[in-house]
Parts: sequence; C-alpha cells; structure tokens
Amino acid sequence: MNGEAMRDQWYPVGIAAQLTPAGRDSLLLGEAIRIACDSDGAALVTDGAGRALPVITRFGHVWTTLGQPERDLFTIPEADQPGRRLVDVGTVLVRCSPLRAVENFLDIAHFPFVHTDILGSEPHTEVQRYEVEIRDDVDEVWATKVSFYQPQAAKSAQGGINAEYMYRVPAPTCSVLYKTCPARPEEWDVITLFVQPLTETTCQVWPWMALFDEDSSMTDMIHFQQMIFVQDRSILENQIPALLPLDPGMEIPTRADMTSIAYRRWLKRHGYTYGAQLVAA
Amino acid sequence: MRLYDYILSPSCYRVRLMAALAGIKLDLRAVDFHPGAEHRGPELLALNPAGTIPILTDGDLVLTQSTAILTYIAASHAPEWLGDDSPAMRAQVGQWLAFAQRLTDSAGAARLHDMLQMPGDIVALRRSATRTLRELEAAISAVRRRGGIFLVGDRPTIADIACFPYVALAPDGGLPLDAYPSIRLWMRAIRGLPGFVEMPGIHRLHELLPEPGPQPDVIRKERA
Repeated sequence: MNGEAMRDQWYPVGIAAQLTPAGRDSLLLGEAIRIACDSDGAALVTDGAGRALPVITRFGHVWTTLGQPERDLFTIPEADQPGRRLVDVGTVLVRCSPLRAVENFLDIAHFPFVHTDILGSEPHTEVQRYEVEIRDDVDEVWATKVSFYQPQAAKSAQGGINAEYMYRVPAPTCSVLYKTCPARPEEWDVITLFVQPLTETTCQVWPWMALFDEDSSMTDMIHFQQMIFVQDRSILENQIPALLPLDPGMEIPTRADMTSIAYRRWLKRHGYTYGAQLVAA
Repeated sequence: MRLYDYILSPSCYRVRLMAALAGIKLDLRAVDFHPGAEHRGPELLALNPAGTIPILTDGDLVLTQSTAILTYIAASHAPEWLGDDSPAMRAQVGQWLAFAQRLTDSAGAARLHDMLQMPGDIVALRRSATRTLRELEAAISAVRRRGGIFLVGDRPTIADIACFPYVALAPDGGLPLDAYPSIRLWMRAIRGLPGFVEMPGIHRLHELLPEPGPQPDVIRKERA
C-alpha cells in the first residue's frame, strides 16, 4: 500500500453519540471496517476479518487504527475549557484525496471566492504575511499570526471583523483551527477537520467544533459549518491531479501557500503518502 | 411566512431563491436534518406527517410541497412569475413543476447518496437522472432556437426556479454538466437574475472574470 506509515495513525470513523448495535460498513485506507456499539453503547470497530480494532472515543468521535500507533491520539486542551459548546457537525463524503481535504482547510486565499460574503469578500483578498513552522518537539505543522478580514466569521459574529487564525496539523488527516471568538475576544474558538480516508481519492469528512457561543442554537451552528464545508466540496472534487503532489511540478505556490508547502513537506518527510503522488506532475 | 429550512436542501433552496427574487423576507427556522433527523421528530411530523422539508407556514396555512410553496409565494407577491398569461402557458408551467419532481427523484437522490450516504441504487439513479437532463437539454435547445432561454414564455417563471436547484447540483451526485451547453446557458441566465441568491454548491456569477479563451495547450500548439 502507498503510504504504509499512515496505517499507524488514528482516524475518525463515526460520531460517538450515533452508534447503533446493527452497525454500518465503511472503509479505512481502502480496507473494509464495520462500526457498531455493544449493549452499553461502547464503540466496537472491526476489520474485514471480524478482528476487533483498537478504539478511542474523543472529541465526540470514535477513532480507530489498522496499525500500531506509537502515540496516543492528539489532544486539544483548549476544548476542555468549561463553557464551550461541543458541536458534532455530521459527515460529508467527498470524492477527493483525504490530504487535499486537509490542505484546503489550511488555505485562506480562497475565502473571498468560495465563501463569498461569509469568510471573505472582494476586494479584501490579500493574505497578509504569517508564520509557519514544523514544530519538531511535538511533530506538528503550525501556522500562526494569520489575519483575514471576514464579513461573517462565525454564527455569533455581528458584522465584519479582522479574524485571527492559528492552524495546527497534529496528524496527517486532521487539522485544528484556532480562531478569534467573536463572543469572547480573549479566547480562541476551536474548529476541527477530521478526515477519514476511505480510499486514496475518496474521504469522509467529520468537522467538529468547541465554541463559546451562548446565543446561537445548536442547529444554527451545525448549519453554518455545513454551509462552509459544502461550499468547498464541489471545488475539492474538481481539483487536478486527484492525488496531492508532494514533489514540485506544475504547481507554482505563492507566499499565501506557505502552510500548504510546510504540510506537504511534513507529509513527505514522514512517508504519509496515502492520497499523494510523489512523481513530479 | 415561516420556512422550516435546511441550508443544504435543494428543495428548501427553491423557496429561498423564489422569495429572494420576489423581494420578500422569510422567517427561517433551521431544521437539524443531518445529522439530527429532526424532520422525523414529533414537532415536525405534527406539521408534516410525510416527514419532509421544506414546510411553509403562513397563519393557518401549512404547505409541504416546494412547488406548491413556489406557487403560493408567486401568487401572493410576484404574480408575473406564475406564467399564466394564457391557458397553454399556465399548463406548460404545470408540466415543468411535475418534471422538477423527476429531477428530485433522480439527480437529487444521487446527490444524497453520494454526499450524505443515503441509501439508493446509484447506477440506476444516475441513469434516470441522465435521461431527465437530456430531456431538459433538448427542451432548452428548442427554446434557444426561437431566441429564448427560459422554460416557458419569454421571462423566468416558477418553472425555472423549480428545476434549477437539482440541475445545478447534479455534479454533487456524480453527474457532470459539461455535456449540456443549453442547460449551462440557462443556469447562467438564472444566476444573473437581479436578487439571485446562492446555496452551498451553487456559486455566484463572477462577472469580473474575462471571457474564457483557448486552453493553454491549444495556445502552446499554435505558437509551436
């Protein structure tokens, strides 16, 4: 299999609150899995041969692995702060590489064109300089000091604000976004993109959020995030080539793509290549 | 008027689009369709035993079919959109409202299957959707030969609004629209209407873009 190193990672496979004893079939890295729960509601994930796979329940989702992860699933300490509302956004299937789904989440430049009048607007299209690093101590990609003008940064936002962002990639198919919280400017809202790689060119996306927002209904918050993600879906399904290129080829990055460059470099360094192509396009 | 609404539902979008084009404001009540399945909960089943959305309420009136809701909004606020200048025109609008249901049942079901993993025979759904799209392409081609672009008469009607969402979102269900030039021009005409609003998956017209020219490889070959 392309990207053997990715077997030893944890992946989201379902919403913990929506498991059924009857279960449902799915795929993980091209292999058949089944997600169900026992009579006490505890998650059960099995592979094609009926072998029980390791399970972690965290961030409202069930996580599993086909290999032997060296590390525990990452944590998000900010999400444990009291007063946050935890939002299971639901899942959307996308015909794109799981790595492309994450890369799109890390991109700011498309906001005015794809999320018009919500996360961005013309003529405020410039991406200001920001900082990107691969943090060796935690082995994560981080982008900080990202700032962008947003007409409606969140369901709780009243009018346009200059939103501050921090991006974190703690696992090859997961990203955590820390974003200015309109309701509490001194705190960060936590918005995540957890991606389940079904095959190299199809994935299931499970967004999850931990927000300070006392006014919006749960349904409004879910719909806001679903709206944003489905605006991306048709774009993702039309990206060419389908596999994420990790070698410099026909794509010419600009300064605004620094996070994507660091992400690709980090994937290549670790051999996280399921859903990627290594030959120059 | 209160609309029980879901942002990703093309049938709900029909109603939002018609209201925007007619210049009226709806009181939107978000329904947790996915993942919460609130449309099958007791409150909404009491309003609509069929367990579907959209639902429109206006005083004591409860409407649960999106094409009937389009008729109601047009009749009460924008009668020119009904397209009932003549008995023939009125009947043609009725034909297209029924046709729109075939789009929902084919292209719409394919989209739900591919995007939200709803059950369905995807091969059969796509085959049926392709037949329906070809019929629409043929009809709009005929209209274009007479110098028009809208489905009935020389102006947009509820017939166009009923058909537009499931056609525009067909690629979400693995049905590309590249093969349907007349459908694409018709969609462009609808997206250019004053007051047009988009939904996720249907983008706004970017009128500042230059006209598309030859593809880069064509230019390269011509220069060589």
